Amino acid sequence: MALATFWFILTAVLWTGFFVLEGFDLGVGLLHTVVARDEPGRRAAIGTIGPLWDGNEVWLIVAAAAMFAAFPGWYATLFSGYYLVLVVILVGLILRGVSFEFRDKVERSGWRRTWEATLTVGSLLVPFFLGVMLGGMLHGIPVGQNQEFSGSFADLFSGYAVFTGVTLVLLCLLHGAVFLALRTTGTVRGRARLLARRIAPVTALAVLAFLPWTHSTAGKGVLPSIMQLIAVLFVLAAAWLVTAGHEGWAFTATTFTIATCVLSVFVDLYPRLVVSSTNPAYDITVGNAASGNYALKVMSVVAIVLFPVVLAYQGWTYRVFWRRVSADHYGGRVARPSE
Amino acid sequence: MRRDIQAAGSTVSQLDLARLQFAMTSIYHFLFVPVTVGLGFLTALLQTAWHRTGLVDYLRLTRFFGILLLINVAVGVVTGLVQEFQFGMDWSVYSRTVGDVFGAPLAMEGLAAFFLESTFLGLWVFGWDRLSRRVHLAAIWAVALGGALSAAFIMAANSWMQHPVGYAVNPTTGRPQLNDVWKLFTNPVFLRGYLHVLLASVVTGAVVMLAVSAWQLRKGRAPLVFHASARLSLVVLVPTILVAMLVGSELGVTEGKYQPMKIAGAEAQWTTCQPCSFSLIQVGGGKNDQTPTKIIEVPHLLSLLATNHWNGKVLGLDTVNSQYQAQYGPGDYVPNIFIQYWSMRVMAYLAVVVLLVGLWGLWLLLRRRLSTAKAFQRVATWLVVLPFLMNTAGWLLTESGRQPWIVQGLQLTRNGVSPSISTTTVAISIIVFFVLYAALAVVEIVLMARYARREPAAAPPTSEVPQPAPAY
Ligand code: HDD
Ligand code: HEM
Ligand code: HEM
Repeated sequence: MALATFWFILTAVLWTGFFVLEGFDLGVGLLHTVVARDEPGRRAAIGTIGPLWDGNEVWLIVAAAAMFAAFPGWYATLFSGYYLVLVVILVGLILRGVSFEFRDKVERSGWRRTWEATLTVGSLLVPFFLGVMLGGMLHGIPVGQNQEFSGSFADLFSGYAVFTGVTLVLLCLLHGAVFLALRTTGTVRGRARLLARRIAPVTALAVLAFLPWTHSTAGKGVLPSIMQLIAVLFVLAAAWLVTAGHEGWAFTATTFTIATCVLSVFVDLYPRLVVSSTNPAYDITVGNAASGNYALKVMSVVAIVLFPVVLAYQGWTYRVFWRRVSADHYGGRVARPSE
Repeated sequence: MRRDIQAAGSTVSQLDLARLQFAMTSIYHFLFVPVTVGLGFLTALLQTAWHRTGLVDYLRLTRFFGILLLINVAVGVVTGLVQEFQFGMDWSVYSRTVGDVFGAPLAMEGLAAFFLESTFLGLWVFGWDRLSRRVHLAAIWAVALGGALSAAFIMAANSWMQHPVGYAVNPTTGRPQLNDVWKLFTNPVFLRGYLHVLLASVVTGAVVMLAVSAWQLRKGRAPLVFHASARLSLVVLVPTILVAMLVGSELGVTEGKYQPMKIAGAEAQWTTCQPCSFSLIQVGGGKNDQTPTKIIEVPHLLSLLATNHWNGKVLGLDTVNSQYQAQYGPGDYVPNIFIQYWSMRVMAYLAVVVLLVGLWGLWLLLRRRLSTAKAFQRVATWLVVLPFLMNTAGWLLTESGRQPWIVQGLQLTRNGVSPSISTTTVAISIIVFFVLYAALAVVEIVLMARYARREPAAAPPTSEVPQPAPAY
C-alpha cells in the first residue's frame, strides 16, 4: 500500500476517533444543564467527562497535525478556505476548554451560570461547524488552479455541508445522553435515559437521510456503500437499544454509528481530499497534496511505534474512571472558609 | 504542481495583520507555556518530597500549587489550539511549501507529548484516590515530561525556521523536502534554543512559586509550609537562571553564525567592527539614524558575547545586507533594529535583576531570616512580572530578528501568507481573539490571585468520586 494512502487512512481514523470520543463529551456539554437542575447533579454530569475530555480533544490536534505533515496541501487549502469557520470553532473550543476548569472555582451561581452557558454554546459550535467543514470537503468548495480557495464565505454553506453539521450535532446529543445514562445514577440517570429515548428517533432519521445524500453528493448514486449499510444497521440498532433501555449496548451502537458515518464520508472522498467545485482538475488529491516519501516514512515509523502506546494508556484511563458518578457525592458540600 | 516560493500577491496590510495576529497569539500562548512546564516540574518535585518524607506539609504544597498549575494549563491548552490551526489559516503558502519538513515535528508533538500531558493530567487531577500513591506520583511526572517533550518538538520546528537543515529542495515543485530527520534534532540552534527555553521555563515556574510563597510568608499564614516552598524555589531558581544566562549567550553566538542580521541588529551595529564594544543604553541607531549616541560603552564586550573571542569580528548590518542582496536579489534584509536592540537588553538586564533577588533570598535563607525579611518578601512578590517580560522579549528577539524571512533564506514572510484571505477577514479574527484573550486574561489573573491567597488545605482528599479539583 502506498504510504500516502496509509496516511489518508490514518487521518480518517484520527478524525473518526475524535468524533467518537469527543462526541460524547460534546453531548454531555450540550446536555449537562438539561439532565440536572441542581448543583450536585450538574457536577456529577460534568464529573463523568472531567478526566477524559482533554485527552479526547488531542485527537483533533493530532488529526490536524497529521494533515499538515502528510498532506500540506490539504491542510493549507482547507484551513485558509475555512478561515472564519475555524475562528468560530476555535472560539467554541476555547470557551468549552476553560469552562471545565473555571466553573467550580468560585461559589457563586452567576459565575457558574456563565460557564455553563459557555460550555453549552461551545459544545454546539464545535460539532456543527466541524461538520460543515467535513461535508464541504466532499461537496466541493471553489478551489482555483493554484490550489487556493477562491470563493466567498457563503460558498462554504451548501445544503449538504449544513446537514452534515446538523447530523453530527444530533449524533453527539444521542451519544452524550447514552453516555450519561451509563455513567450516572439517580435522577440524572433517569433524565438522561428519557432524553436519549426522545433524541434517538430524530437522530436515526437524520442519519438515514445523511447517508444516501453523502453517496449522491460524491457522485456515486443513491445506493449506499458497504460502510453506509453498516452505518444504517448501527443507527437502527442504537435506536432500538436505547428504547429498550440496554445502556451498555446502546453506547456501543452509538459509538459505531458515529464511526461509520464519519468514515463513510472519507470513503466516498478518497482519493480526493478537497473537491473543487470550480473544476475537477483542481481537486486536492492524495496524489497532488502528499509530502515526500521520506517524510511519510519517518512519520509512519513514529506513528506505528507511538499510536499503540497512546491507545494503551488512554484505554487504561477509561478503565480507571469507568464507574458511575453520583450526584449524592456532590451534595451537602460545606462552603470553604476562605470563600 | 507549481512553484510556490514566489507566489502570493496579497496586499501589505493583510500581511501586517496576519503577522500581528501571529505575534499576539504566540506571545499570549507563551505566557502560559513556561508556567506549565516550570510549575509542572516543581509540583512534581513537591509531590516526590511528600512521597519520600511523608511530611503532610509537602502534600499541602503539592495540592496548593497543583491548583495554580491547573488554572494555568486550562488557558495554555486552549491557546495552543489556536497556534496549531493558524499556520494553515494565515500562512497557507508557507504551510503548503514547508509542511513536508515542518509538519513532521508538529505531528510527533501531538502523538508523543500532547496525549501524554493531557491524559495524565486528567489521571492526576481525578486520580488522588483511584490510583496507588506511586502511580499517582508517576502521573505528575508524566505531565512534566509531556510539557518538556512538547517544547522539544515545537522548538525543533521553530529552529528549522531559524536555520533550515536536513532537507533538499525538490526541483519540480520548488519545495523543501525532508531528507534527514535526525538533523532536525541535532540542529545547533535547536540544541541550545531548547535548553534555553527549558531553563527559562523552570526560571518562570520558580519565580511564580517564590512570589506566591513570599506573599504568604508576609501574611504569616502557614509560615512553615510556605517557608518550604520558598526554599525549594530559591534553590532551583538561582542555579537555573545562571545556566540560562550562559546558554543564552551561547545561543547568541550560534545565532550570530547562522543569522548574523539578528545579532548585529541586537547591537544596532551598522558597520563591521573588530573588536566591538557593547552599549548599555543608546539613543537612535535605527534605519534612518545609523550612528547612535551610545550612553555607556563597555569595550570588547560585544566581541566576547557575539563570538566568544576578546577581539572577535562582528559583521555590520550594511555588510550583511549587501551580502544578502548579492545572494538573494535586491531588497532590504534588515529587521526592526529597535525591537532587536531593546528586546535583547530587556531580557539580559531583567535576568540580572532576577538573579540578584534570588541571591538575596538565598543569603536570607542561609541566615535563617527568610520568614521575617519583609522587604525581600515584598520585592519577591513583585518579581513575578519579570519572567513574562523576559520570555516575551526573548521571542521578539528570535522572531522579529528573522524578518524579512519566514524561513531563513528559503521563504520571505510576505510570500508565505494566505492569498485567499481578505484584510477584513483577518481583522475580524484579530478582534475576536483579542477580546476573548483579554477576557480570559482577566479571569485567569483573578482566579490565580484568589487561589494564591488561600490557605493551603489541611487534609488529603478522601472522597470516592472524581472531584473536579483536588484542593478541597
Ligand atoms: C526567563 C527567561 C529568560 C532569561 C533569564 C534569558 N532568556 Fe534568552 N530567551 C528566552 C528567555 C530568557 C526565551 C523566551 O525562552 C527565548 C526565546 C526563544 C528562545 O529560544 O528562548 C530566548 C531567546 C534568546 C536569544 C535568541 C535566540 C534565537 O534567536 O534563536 C538569545 C540570543 C538569548 N535568549 C540570550 C540570552 C542572554 C544572553 C541571557 C542572559 C543574560 C538570556 N537570554 C536570559
Ligand atoms: C515555536 C514555535 C513557533 C513557530 C513555528 C513560530 C512561527 C512564526 C511565524 C510563522 C510567524 C509569522 C510570520 C513572521 O512574521 O515571520 C511568527 C511571527 C512571530 N512570532 Fe513566532 N513562532 C513560534 C513561537 C513563537 C512564540 C512562543 C512567540 C512569543 C512568545 C513568538 C513570537 C512571534 C512574534 C512576536 C512574531 C512577529 C514577528 C514579526 O512579524 O516581526 N513566536 N512566528
Ligand atoms: C507557535 C507554535 C505553537 C503551536 C502550534 C503550539 C501548539 C499547541 C497546542 C495545540 C497545544 C494544546 C495541547 C493540548 O490540548 O493538550 C499547546 C499547548 C502547549 N504548548 Fe504550544 N504551541 C506552540 C508554541 C509553543 C512553544 C514555543 C512551546 C514551548 C516552548 C509550547 C509548549 C506547549 C506546552 C508545554 C503546552 C501544554 C499545555 C499548556 O501550555 O498548558 N508551545 N501548544
